[in-house]
Amino acid sequence: MPPLSTDDSRPRFVLRKVVRKLAALCLLLLFGGLLGASLVRFAPGFSVDDASLDARLSAESHEALRSQNNTEQNIFSFYAHYLGALLRGDLGTSRTLQRPVRELLAERLPVTIQSVAFGIAFGWTLGFGLAILNARFRFRALETASTLLASAFMSIPIAVIAILFVFAGTSARFAIGLLIFPKIYRYSWNMMKSSMSSPHIITARAKGLSPLSIVTWHVIPPLAPELVALFAVSISVAVGAAIPVEAISDSPGIGQLAWQAAQGRDLPVLVNLTLLVTAVTLVANSFSDLMNETFGARA
Amino acid sequence: MMKAIRAISIAILSIALLSCIFAEFVAPNHYAKQDREASNEPPSHRYLLGTDELGRDRFARLVYGSRVSFTLAPAAAIFSVLLAEIIGGLAGYVGGVWKSAAMAVTDLVLSMPWLFLLITVRAALPLNVSPMVSVVVTFLLLGMLGWAASARMLCSAGTQIRQSGYVLQAQAAGCRGWRLFFVHVAPNLKPLLLAQFWISVPIFILAEANLGLLGLGISEPLPSWGGMLRELENYSALRSEPWRFAALILLFLVVSAFQFVLPENAANEVRS
Repeated sequence: MPPLSTDDSRPRFVLRKVVRKLAALCLLLLFGGLLGASLVRFAPGFSVDDASLDARLSAESHEALRSQNNTEQNIFSFYAHYLGALLRGDLGTSRTLQRPVRELLAERLPVTIQSVAFGIAFGWTLGFGLAILNARFRFRALETASTLLASAFMSIPIAVIAILFVFAGTSARFAIGLLIFPKIYRYSWNMMKSSMSSPHIITARAKGLSPLSIVTWHVIPPLAPELVALFAVSISVAVGAAIPVEAISDSPGIGQLAWQAAQGRDLPVLVNLTLLVTAVTLVANSFSDLMNETFGARA
Repeated sequence: MMKAIRAISIAILSIALLSCIFAEFVAPNHYAKQDREASNEPPSHRYLLGTDELGRDRFARLVYGSRVSFTLAPAAAIFSVLLAEIIGGLAGYVGGVWKSAAMAVTDLVLSMPWLFLLITVRAALPLNVSPMVSVVVTFLLLGMLGWAASARMLCSAGTQIRQSGYVLQAQAAGCRGWRLFFVHVAPNLKPLLLAQFWISVPIFILAEANLGLLGLGISEPLPSWGGMLRELENYSALRSEPWRFAALILLFLVVSAFQFVLPENAANEVRS
């Protein structure tokens, strides 16, 4: 049990946790990047380059291409070379788009951040809103309708939802929200449902508090640590959903870039994207763990 | 109410399953046969759901596509839960460094969005392969990438079983190593494995549909639900040819039905 009694020991405890989390995060990121690079490097046909068939290229150009490919043949040398360059802020050059990866990420990241943020906000508003309405009104019909709606969106592929939004002439970003919505609704409603039967809620009800006050002040606050964890999970789900959504709606974001890079076996782009996506989800998860351990311990 | 929904779900799954088994009788036309004179035909007595742009019977493709999904999603689910048992169950049972290493890898796999990982790895594999190879590659991939969440649960269950009284008694009686694992630990992981299997099947069906829609699924001319959903990308034809939604409706019904027929413990897992 960590010492929590004195004011001095608490910041040190939190600092120790943060340092430990950061170290674990760095290790996992390094390993994740290597894993991503290995997957693509050992994929069949990786070493085949369309440019090598181009008759217009001179012998020197072919030689330069061959030496470039040779550097990338050894996965460890490629990765060590990549990490060295990364420390200097150089993310390499895209093989298919022939542009610096840093530039591509800078261009496309804001588009995806907007889509993902919109999707998360929409999914949470819908999912958490329905869970609160269920907790407030306790109508069986509303609960059944909400559960059926959540089940419906769990049964449709995200790519199809995106197609339907494009077909309807609406922003496909709603699709990201609709993928998140069932998870948020089911998890938060289950937590609220079990919390509703706890002694402190029964006491609050017996004291004559209004249902809205009970939900706002006595049901949701104790669930904060779990809700933070759920938020972290929704970031990971939203980032994954951005790929098919951006690919189908032709939105120039990171998801579309990942899709194009995967089709073109663009190793520098894929390794950077794997690291970026892993970093985002790991940071979100670590943050939620930290919040749980710090504030959960206090509670 | 839920009982009625469950009964309807069982009926839907039974009809879909029987249609796959007796596909030759349900859909007499071959799924790959091209009637060039009758491309993009509306539904008729001859072609119940019309034909696609190559003149192939859409109904036959739907029925045979169901066969692919119904056979291979469970196969991928079995592969995935077995991997989860080996990695997670064994990690929980052995403990120590192996458990820490296994859980670090599990955390890493879980930290990468499932769709991102799936699309990246599938795209890295050859796309211009024979239909049968593409089927095996697709579902092997689903099995290989879908084990992490199950492994985490099995690890925690394995740890609990290791500390249980009957395992201590077995150890005291001289039962150790692999024998202890296979005789006393693994059989007690069975209920959890079954729950994970049931959860994985609809997830893998949906994943195949996503992959197919993005052109990374099963190769033509073999039909799959994902491949058939690509017809939805022709927005201009959707309004005038609503029967193109047939694959989506069937997929929706089957995956929804799976959610309602899941065993109670599996349903709780899905909800949490």
